[in-house]
Amino acid sequence: MTTAPLSAHGARRGFPVRPGRIITWTLLFLGGLVMVTPILFMLSTSLKDASQVYDLRLIPEAPSLDNYVTVLSDGRFLRWFINSLIVAVCVTLSNVFFDSLVGYTLAKFNFRGRYLVFIAILSTLMIPTEMLVIPWYLMASNFGWIDTYWGIMFPGMMTAFGTFLMKQFFETVPDEFLEAARVDGLNEFTIWWRVAMPLVTPALSALAIFTFLGNWTAFFWPLIVTNSRDLYTLPVGLSSFAVEQAIQWEMIMTGASLATIPTLIVFLLLQRYIVRGVMLAGLKG
Amino acid sequence: MVTASPAKSSRLWDGMSLRQKRVLWAWSFLAVPILFYSVIRFWPTLEAFWLSFTDWNLLRPASFVGLANYIRLVNDPLFWQVFRNTAAYLVIGTPLSLLISFAVAYYLDRVTFMHGFIRALYFLPFLTTAAAMAWVWRWFYQPVPIGVINGFLSSIGIPQQPFLRSVTQALPAILAPAVWAGLGFQVIIFMAGLRAIPSSYYEAARIDGLSEFTILRKITIPLLKPTIVFLVVFSSIGFLRIFDQVYNMTFNDPGGPLNTTKPIVLMIYQTAFKSMEMGYAAAQTVVLFLILLVVSLIQLRVLKDR
Repeated sequence: MTTAPLSAHGARRGFPVRPGRIITWTLLFLGGLVMVTPILFMLSTSLKDASQVYDLRLIPEAPSLDNYVTVLSDGRFLRWFINSLIVAVCVTLSNVFFDSLVGYTLAKFNFRGRYLVFIAILSTLMIPTEMLVIPWYLMASNFGWIDTYWGIMFPGMMTAFGTFLMKQFFETVPDEFLEAARVDGLNEFTIWWRVAMPLVTPALSALAIFTFLGNWTAFFWPLIVTNSRDLYTLPVGLSSFAVEQAIQWEMIMTGASLATIPTLIVFLLLQRYIVRGVMLAGLKG
Repeated sequence: MVTASPAKSSRLWDGMSLRQKRVLWAWSFLAVPILFYSVIRFWPTLEAFWLSFTDWNLLRPASFVGLANYIRLVNDPLFWQVFRNTAAYLVIGTPLSLLISFAVAYYLDRVTFMHGFIRALYFLPFLTTAAAMAWVWRWFYQPVPIGVINGFLSSIGIPQQPFLRSVTQALPAILAPAVWAGLGFQVIIFMAGLRAIPSSYYEAARIDGLSEFTILRKITIPLLKPTIVFLVVFSSIGFLRIFDQVYNMTFNDPGGPLNTTKPIVLMIYQTAFKSMEMGYAAAQTVVLFLILLVVSLIQLRVLKDR
């Protein structure tokens, strides 16, 4: 290793760079590269034409966006993309609204039955989604919700996890702030919306990120509740597309890239918030 | 706003004390959520239990059959195969992913040079769609000249591996992307846990001349216990509910070859939505619920006592 003499020299002078650290750093870096390899290969193959797929080099010889043009040309992917976006945005807005409203009520109001409501909501965390899909499916077919946006969305409109997370954060909001607003004659809804909500924005962004990501990547329930191609979400559509393409791996990789690129872009833009959000949700949740 | 001021102008409202008004506000905030949780969570839970005691294929009315579905399940060799597969996903996946993510977090925590960049490399897979990446991994596992992994193996002189076509290799091959996708989340949570340990503890230990390994064993890991409990339970539940990867990576023969990769959720999916045996599928979901409950309780218990 070329860096070894330098670090030995550094160590003698009490310089913080020691050979152990350089080895640690290198191993971590190589591990990180291995982690992103599948993503890089996916992106690289999406830029290759069919004849180059067998060439396993990471940098395509003649990169082109032709596959994207082909995949996007019949409009299916755009449709699935929009479906996923509508579903994920609506469910996220609903969770941000209702989970924080319930969390706030349970944290800041005193009334008989509060503890019961809290325990009842918390107990739903024990019930796995898989146990509910059969009754949900029956409900959806009885009410004609199969192949509708509402059908995909309704099970996730509120979550116990989000409610619990928001309750934890609203408990840290000092009562004096709310009392001051009450003295000013604001009604309780306005106090929650205008005074309390702005004080918990980090928690709200964590909740929004988690809900959006969960619904954007959701596969099991959308697979069950959609039969029509037009109502598929992106993951379900991609799965059906990949089956249809059989062995045209460059097309499958293009589809997979289309499902992945948006979240990667959002991550690069919001990295700081996302990492902090994951920490907040993990520690408090 | 729809939920604002319940009958503000009425005389009844004006006659109420401040406290009564606040109680009324609280219940009006909770009205829609209570309806939601009753109809979309509690009622379906009861219905799932009830359906598990019935024979129902959607065409004719459900008929009560007592424990017949559970008896059938216990005598179904496929169920035991699925049970073993699901246990394998859990028993291999959870310790493996926690060990790797702890090691990464432990060392990454001390790295300052390009810290954010390296963290991002580990975190990116967490943001991918499992159903999409399953196809990427499926492509990786193809034989030469298509598959990347076999291509790499043959270039260093190792014979080709069957991966998804093998009854022994398919399950680990499917587990790999599941572990891969979850690592970034666990690394972030572990790092948050490590940061929360006051540095004065470490300083005191160093003054006492404790070795690095002793510090890790006596200070870091005990203080990290809440984080470890959370991640063990969280990731166990994830592996017990594995579905997206299996469904997409074994699409032509779901759960194959020879059912060696089929987890319980895939069995539920096929029983309910391919064979339309809703009662039998409901019994399987109840069993999944019980497994999740038992595993979570055992882990909470064990990790609390330690």
